[in-house]
Amino acid sequence: MSKILTISPDKCTGCRSCELICSFSKMQAFNPKSSRVSVLAFEDMAVSVPIMCMQCEEPSCMKVCPVSAISKTPEGTVFIDGDKCIGCKMCVSACPLGNISFSTVEGKIVKCDLCEGDPKCAKYCPSGAIQYKEATPSNLSRRKLIAEKFKELFGEVTQ
Amino acid sequence: MFGWTGTVLRVNLSDGTIKKEAINSKDATLYLGARGLATKIMMNEVDPKVDPLSPENKLIFMTGPLTGTFAPTSGRYVVVSKAPLTGTIGSSNSGGHFGPELKFAGYDGIIFEGKSEKPVYLWIDDDRVELRSAEHLWGKNVFETTDEILKETAEDARVACIGPAGEKLVLFATVMNDKHRAAGRSGMGTVMGSKNLKAVAVKGSKSVEVAKPDAFLEACEDARKKIKEHPVTGTGLPTYGTEILVNVVNQVGALPTRNWRDGGVFEYAEDISGEALREKYLVKNKACFGCPIGCGRVTRIPEGRFKGFGEGPEYEPGWAYGASCGVRDLAAICKANFICNELGLDPITMGSTIACAMELYERGIISREIAGMDLVFGNADAIVELTRMTGMREGFGDKLALGSYRMAESFGHPELSMSVKKQEMPAYDGRGAQGMGLEYATSNRGGCHVRGYMTSPEILGIPEKLDPLVTTDKAAWLKTFQDLTAVVDSSGICLFTTFAIGLAEISSMLRAAVGWDISDEEVLKAGERIWNVERLFNIAAGFTPQDDTLPLRLLKEPLPSGPAKGKVVELDKMLPEYYKVRGWNEEGIPTEDKKAELSI
Repeated sequence: MSKILTISPDKCTGCRSCELICSFSKMQAFNPKSSRVSVLAFEDMAVSVPIMCMQCEEPSCMKVCPVSAISKTPEGTVFIDGDKCIGCKMCVSACPLGNISFSTVEGKIVKCDLCEGDPKCAKYCPSGAIQYKEATPSNLSRRKLIAEKFKELFGEVTQ
Repeated sequence: MFGWTGTVLRVNLSDGTIKKEAINSKDATLYLGARGLATKIMMNEVDPKVDPLSPENKLIFMTGPLTGTFAPTSGRYVVVSKAPLTGTIGSSNSGGHFGPELKFAGYDGIIFEGKSEKPVYLWIDDDRVELRSAEHLWGKNVFETTDEILKETAEDARVACIGPAGEKLVLFATVMNDKHRAAGRSGMGTVMGSKNLKAVAVKGSKSVEVAKPDAFLEACEDARKKIKEHPVTGTGLPTYGTEILVNVVNQVGALPTRNWRDGGVFEYAEDISGEALREKYLVKNKACFGCPIGCGRVTRIPEGRFKGFGEGPEYEPGWAYGASCGVRDLAAICKANFICNELGLDPITMGSTIACAMELYERGIISREIAGMDLVFGNADAIVELTRMTGMREGFGDKLALGSYRMAESFGHPELSMSVKKQEMPAYDGRGAQGMGLEYATSNRGGCHVRGYMTSPEILGIPEKLDPLVTTDKAAWLKTFQDLTAVVDSSGICLFTTFAIGLAEISSMLRAAVGWDISDEEVLKAGERIWNVERLFNIAAGFTPQDDTLPLRLLKEPLPSGPAKGKVVELDKMLPEYYKVRGWNEEGIPTEDKKAELSI
């Protein structure tokens, strides 16, 4: 079973520690603009959402890449082979989530690569808003939440 | 350079010139950054006798070597100038995201000189820096100004600005960044207003680099772990915010009540506590940049006449509007605090000034005609309305805009202003915590709790518990706290880290960030140096030992009730000892030997 990055906006405090540690682990310097994860804040709603590559099952970036530089590893990571990449940026346009970009600082296409199985954003997130865990139990807990809502609803109806 | 970017902007508002300068690396080493380095620049370039609101005063925004790094709470920057409320050196720091963005744009700080003929704002987009007209923004509040500037520049830019209070030269106006974060004390927003500078907007895409990446990460990890595991920074502050202190300080009888008149126990403390805030109005925690604590409160008053949405209050504003004004309506306190953020007012001075006016009113010194309302303690509507009127300088608010000292003085009773060097003391009664009393009397920016937070050992027992009611050793403890705080404020991190980490952890981060080979003791020595330079600025501005004092109430009126009943602040015992441990002469002046020791 493969692990996935899960995000819980309700827990995110908007501190952007993830942006700092991500850029640091990739380029040994602090630069949120080069981070593979971005925290988007919606001030008026008091909501902050960390966003990064979701490692799609059917990655548009992979499909559009003209030199087959993007592949999906057995662990589930959408991987860019820097040697093959010609920097055409087609993948940037193709990603429906905007999670792949061209870093002018590093001069290459960048996206979340799950830090070879030890994602730093999850490791250092102080509030638990980003976690790296097995996919199924997480889904199960969400299903449970929905089921609870049904329970409440039907409970009211049958009372 | 590592840690620092190595460049500051010098903006002359009188002639519109903008220059990029290398920072003085010797001064940066001696004074670290932020508060220390900016104060040193003030000392070098500005006559301490200058009129704070004249073009000859300068206004300096400065970050520290840890700002914008993975150091926990690295979101800090400072604003330094000569302060209009006190006439001392003024400095006030703030979190949020503005400070780091300035570094990502490639600058450690900005020195503003002169005065613009017309309202302007500064727009920094990496290497492109320009002054733009702010005539269309003049009169707008902090939120409107921020939104408008983001529209005109870039949606992911960061904005620090003033509200109407700064424009109208209310003497305790703030610089607000990221809408809700304040460089709150000292009236730095007033100086900004006097220069016709409405805002600074910045967007950056560069990197902040550190000298020893591996060692730096290790030091940051260690500090973050300790912060996460400490009960105050790991649990207390994230759960209840700084308002957690209301019940704690009330229990030891040091919560000043009704302009410090009724002692240190507020009978409605529960109603205005962090617990009540969490239960009734908290929407969510919010953290500043790089902060693992997340003490910020996003709050909403859903309905009623105080309906509103914003951030805060922190403990001290909550106290100023609450216990000090005798108000138990938490919704009104939140609303008054929201208005402070919108208009750009220091809520500690604002609430305390209203409290002072309430006492003058109850004594019959201020008439109903002058106040325009029934200004009794406990009037919840008054704190909201007078805050708005002060920010806009309407009616009686025009008088309150001078702060409590000048206001009370104009009615012939300056002794009823609970201030030191004309700045209001916050939230901790020195009669119930002697070391805090000494801190108020000696703080270089006037009545202030965060230059040497003796509450930590005296009330919270961190790093060890001291008896708050005795004076023994308080001078030496305070010196260490003041020096360490100067290090923290100058490094670019938040004082709240020091509940969990100390000199060793901060020094480790500094060493790895800038590549120094210096001992912890030398780092603390930098803090002492900064403290002494601030002191020398104040002495040159005309301050004497007679100013290192407290309101008569704290020296002569024993606390009427509570655990500290019968106590006054025994300043006469502590102050001479303090001068001695500081290596100052009997006149409170740093000796030549001390200056030589500190390379001043």
